[in-house]
Parts: sequence; C-alpha cells; structure tokens
Amino acid sequence: MAQPGSAYSLQTTVEKPETHTMSVLVDNEPGVLARVIGLFSGRGYNIESLTVSETEHEAHLSRITIVTTGTPMVIEQIKNQLDRLVPIHSVTDLTVLGHPIERELAMVKVAGKGEKRVEALRLAEAFRAQVIDASTEHFVFEITGRQSKIEQFIVLMQPLGLVEVCRTGLAAIARGPEQM
Amino acid sequence: MSRPMTGAQIVLEALADQGVEHIFGYPGGAVLPIYDALFQQDRIKHILVRHEQGAVHAAEGYARSTGKVGVVLVTSGPGATNAVTGLTDALMDSIPVVCITGQVPTHLIGNDAFQECDTVGITRPCTKHNYLVKDVNQLSTVMHEAFYVARSGRPGPVVVDIPKDIQFAEGNYAGLSNSQHKSYRPAVEGDEAAVAAAVELMSNAKRPIFYTGGGIINSGPLATERLREFVRLTGYPITSTLMGLGAYPASDKQWLGMLGMHGTFEANNAMHDCDVMICIGARFDDRITGRLDAFAPGSKKIHVDIDRSSINKNVRVDIPIVGDCAHVLDQMLRAWKAKNLKVDKPALKTWWDQIDTWRARKSLHYRKRDDVIMPQYAIERLYALTRDKDVYITTEVGQHQMWAAQFFHFDEPNRWMTSGGLGTMGYGIPAAVGVQMAHPDSLVIDIAGEASVQMTMQEMSTAVQYDLPIKIFILNNEYMGMVRQWQELLHGGRYSHSYSEALPDFVKLAEAYQAVGIRAEEPSELDDAIREMLATPKPVIFDCRVDKHANCFPMIPSGEAHNNMLLGDDLTDDDLQNAITEEGKVMV
Repeated sequence: MAQPGSAYSLQTTVEKPETHTMSVLVDNEPGVLARVIGLFSGRGYNIESLTVSETEHEAHLSRITIVTTGTPMVIEQIKNQLDRLVPIHSVTDLTVLGHPIERELAMVKVAGKGEKRVEALRLAEAFRAQVIDASTEHFVFEITGRQSKIEQFIVLMQPLGLVEVCRTGLAAIARGPEQM
Repeated sequence: MSRPMTGAQIVLEALADQGVEHIFGYPGGAVLPIYDALFQQDRIKHILVRHEQGAVHAAEGYARSTGKVGVVLVTSGPGATNAVTGLTDALMDSIPVVCITGQVPTHLIGNDAFQECDTVGITRPCTKHNYLVKDVNQLSTVMHEAFYVARSGRPGPVVVDIPKDIQFAEGNYAGLSNSQHKSYRPAVEGDEAAVAAAVELMSNAKRPIFYTGGGIINSGPLATERLREFVRLTGYPITSTLMGLGAYPASDKQWLGMLGMHGTFEANNAMHDCDVMICIGARFDDRITGRLDAFAPGSKKIHVDIDRSSINKNVRVDIPIVGDCAHVLDQMLRAWKAKNLKVDKPALKTWWDQIDTWRARKSLHYRKRDDVIMPQYAIERLYALTRDKDVYITTEVGQHQMWAAQFFHFDEPNRWMTSGGLGTMGYGIPAAVGVQMAHPDSLVIDIAGEASVQMTMQEMSTAVQYDLPIKIFILNNEYMGMVRQWQELLHGGRYSHSYSEALPDFVKLAEAYQAVGIRAEEPSELDDAIREMLATPKPVIFDCRVDKHANCFPMIPSGEAHNNMLLGDDLTDDDLQNAITEEGKVMV
C-alpha cells in the first residue's frame, strides 16, 4: 500500500515491536498507580502485565513491574514519559540490562475424580506445584516460575478438570549484586 | 519555623511566601473559607473573572508575560470542571500555573455530594501533577511543592484540591525550605560530551538552520540573550515555531519568519534542505513537521529540550541534549569559543544566496484592495501604528491567529500570548485580562476572530470591573475562517455550519459592557479607527469588517512536505481542489 502522506504523524518506518520488562520505583501514595495506568491508556501503550507492591515500608516506596511491547522508539517514549511523572523515583529497563530474573505465581483450581485427579497431582509434582487446598473433589495448586512454565502447566490442566486460574503478573529483578 | 493557623490562612500565607501578588478566581461553596481569609488581608489581590476557564487563561497570560507562576482559585465541582480547558491549554503550552480547587468536606468525598467531582481524577491527565490534601499539616508543604513543580523543568499546571474541612482546620504552617524534592529534580545542565559534539557538527555545517520554540521563552531572558549571541556569532539563519516568536528579533536579517503549516516559504524550504538542524526548545509537533518521512531528509539534527520525553518522540535526532535552554546555550557558546570554531563561510554564502531566492518569492504577499479591508492589511496597519508602543499581543485561534503570527512582528520575548498546542478558541480575552493585570501601563491587544471571541466574551465584564483597558481587535469575516478554509480545500466548498448567521452588533455589545465599541468597514477609515482605539483609555471592542473569503497562505497542505507549499497569489481553483490527496483528506 502506498504511504498515505499526512500532516499528522503516520508511522513512516515499520520497526519491529519488542517486549520489555521495566521496574519502576514510586512513592507509595494514593493515585500513583492511576497515574501510571492513565499514562499507558492515554498515550496508547500496551500493558501486558503489571504488578505493584510496597517494597520499602520506611521510605514509603513501591515497586511496579511492567511488561510492555512496542517499537524501540515507543519503548524509549514509555520510559521517558514514566520518568517525568512527579512521584516516580526511577525507571529501569531490566530487559536492556540483560535477561532479568522473572517469576510469576499462579493458583490453579482443578476439579475431578479418579484417573484425572491422580494425573493432575502427578503433573503438579513434576512442575513443583504445591497443593494449598484440597477436598475429595478438587485441588488448588500454587505454582511459581517463569511465565512459560505456568502457561504450560495450565494447558496441561485443561483436560484434567481446570476450573479457574489466578495469576499475580510478573515480578522481575536484575541479575548481579548491584541495586537498580 | 511553624505557626498554627487555619488551612485557609495557610493557603494565603504560602501564596504570599511564593511572591504571589495576583490571583484569578471565582468563589463557591467549597472555597468560602479561603475567600473569607482573602477578605481579611491585603497582600494578595484577587481578580474576579466571569467563568473559571477565563481564570486559567488569565493566569496563563499573566504567567507568560511575566515569567512568574499564574495562580487560580476556583470552587469544587463545576468550578473545577470549567477550569479543565485552561489547564489542558497550560499543559500543552508548558505554562506554569497553580490552580487551587475547593473540594467537598473529606467525609463527603465519594458520596456524590452537592458540587462534588473527582477533581484529581479528572485533572490527572491535564496537569503536570495534582494533589488532594487530606491533612491540614501537609497543606503548606504541598502548596510550596506545587509551585516548585509548576515552574521547574518543563513548566506546567498543578492542581491543589483542598476539602472544605481542611480549609477550616487548624494546622501548622511551614515556610519555604531549601530541601530538595524527593523525586522530581529535572536536569538543567546538558551533557558536556553531547554539547561538544553538537558545536563540532554545527561548525562543519554547509546548510545550517536554527529551529527554536517556546522553550526559549519559558527558560527566561538569559536563554533569549544567549540565543541571539549564538545566532549572530555563527551567522546562521533562524526560524521559530508559533510559541517561540519574539525570542529572536523579527526585524533581524537572519530571521526567516515562522515555520510550519502557515510558515514562510523561506523558513520551510530552508528546513527541508538543511544539512544541520539546531532545534532548541521546540518539539517537532505535527504542525511543524508536515509529512514525517519527508521532513528535512538528509539532515543531522541536534535537539535541546528540558523534557527528555520530547526527544525522539516524533523525529529521530542525532545529538539529543537534555537540559535547560539557557544553560545549554551557554555551554554551547563556551564550547564554541573554547575550541575557536569557525563556520564554513563559502558554504554559508551559497546557503544564504539560496535562501534569498526563496525570500524573493514573497510568500506573505496578498492582493490589497480599495473596497474592502484585507485581514492581512488590518494587522499590518495595527502593527505599523503600534510600533512605538509598549505592546503585548494575545490571540484567539484560527486564521486571525496565523495572520497575527505572520504580519505582527515581535522583537522581544513574552510579548506574544497564544494558544498553540491545544488551539483553544476563547483564549485571547481572558489572557489579555491577565497580561494587562501584570502590565497595567502597557498596551494589550487581543487579535481576535468574531467566532472565537464569543466563547469567552463575558470576560469583558472583568476588564471593565478592574479598569483594564484591553483592546479586542476583531477581524470579522462572519465565518469560522479556518474551518471555512479547510472546507474549501478539503470538503468541496460545502460550508457546513461555519457561517455565523446571527452575530451580535459588537459595537453595541461593547457599550452593553460599558466598554467602547469602534467599527471600521473601509480601508480608508482603518487607520483613524485604530488611532481612536489606541487613544481610548478604556476597554475597546474593535469590529474590523474584513474580506469574507480571504484564506491564510502560505500553507503546507495535509500530506505534503515542507518544500511543497501552497502560495496565495498564484493559486487557481484547480490547484486548490487538487492540493490535498485523498489520503491526506482523512487526516486533519
């Protein structure tokens, strides 16, 4: 298709989108999450996963881990836009630092009897998932790991009576001894 | 040092400590305690506007013409929602404003109380930052922080939402402190290595151009001074965005005029053909770049901006420098002198010869007429007759705004107040009120259109109340002119709802406000009418009847590059019809 020219910026170079994991240190104050989420929705950026929790109680600091996709120019924009929000202390692109350690926790409810129930338990052991609730008719498994592992586990549970899943979203930290 | 007082008194104490002399506002239930405290003091003067949008635009005009922070005081609910347009305007144009909004008492928040709205929620995307104060002992800290955030880095509007019970509550007032903000500390000095690389690139340029913007004005007088020194030292041509007019004197021979959609032929062609672009305090907005993939092809770009997120947003640049314009220009000048850099004189001579051929096209030329006032002529005469005066110009939005930018020339910064980013019709009158408040002895003119001006006409009442002799110079063509121009170019001349069939008699309207109305209908009576306006020591509405069909040229049509401009004097109807491609028509 011919490039339709315009006074408004149409995408002129088609760059390949990349997925990046960012760690954002923010003041733990009301509305800070709304600022971050509002920035993403207002400027049309993607959020693939977002987790937030207070990490330094004394300093009232929370850490937000965001997984996002975009072209390199958009990824740069996201970091710069986040960085200029007043309550944000720092924005670190863990993907640029190199292969961050990424973990997610999921709780997986499986209901069933007989052969399927035995198979579910056996697979859970293979995946090092813990049983955190059980009756004669169901299990709730807790599984922690990389996202691909959790997704694989969920796929395997599907024919064995998968009822529902709850996932925390990704938590990530950079390798090595340094603080971010 | 801290002293006990009520929340309302804390607000006023903080304003006084911040050096605030004037605030623009409108009372209501949720700010009555602050209005009560205002009544009992005389350090801060309050200007009662007629609509909260007007309060914010007035504060913007005040801020932009003085370099200070503009202050607004409005009530909860509709007071806050009416302020939203002004706040968004200030955000887009980086104007420092602190807007105090009243809120329903803390225990009623979330109850759908009378005149309640989620002010911090609504204003989150249209402010630089906002606060809801729930503890009276935090109030003074928040007030001082609000001023710090509004004026630091890239300036912008900040909202402080104060529930009514907090205004009544007693708390401690903490004065100004020197402590650093815990997270917001924008960089002002540029990276020295980048500065060194930038001046090196500049000195090797064959076809350089300075492209500057509102950041120079926001940075302050030092930035203007350093810019002028650097431009003269190098002998390079300079153009600027709408927001940057006045930073470099328009009367200087190195000035090419404004660039962009309605910029001059020479400025846009020089941008297109340059090999080194030095962008300082501008942001490659779509009205500037035109078609992105044809924007200054083959040029190396230096971009100085205090906002890192402006860099590489629309256009990839080669040397980004994050910092304050004044500091970075100073660094660049010092680096240039320390290295004893020289410009390529023969190349620069060839470049100026080329620019002179573009200049010779006289792209701002229009056909003067004896029977009807051409709008361009009206502004030329207004400019000529005010040259010896201490004049500040505000505008509304539309054709008249572009003509003002093209034909009213600015030699100094902070003299030109216009809504650039948001394009807010109705900006001009309230902004003029704010400017006149700050400069009571100066001449303040709002160059207006008859459509825009009706959006905030009620502020004439404010001007009359405070004896602010603002001049509203209306280019009256009975159309929303820019809408009509686009309909002519893009929509087959189907003028859908762009004609104002029932205009007020502006002379009588002025009289109704107890202001003065003047009308000019013939070119022959224009000068005398303008002189009469200038001699009137009261607010004036000047109804200048102009040609109804004049279009604003030159123009870069949608979907075109900088070197493909429409010029006014050689257009045929076919040119107009074919000017914009089908794809271009989809985009505004």
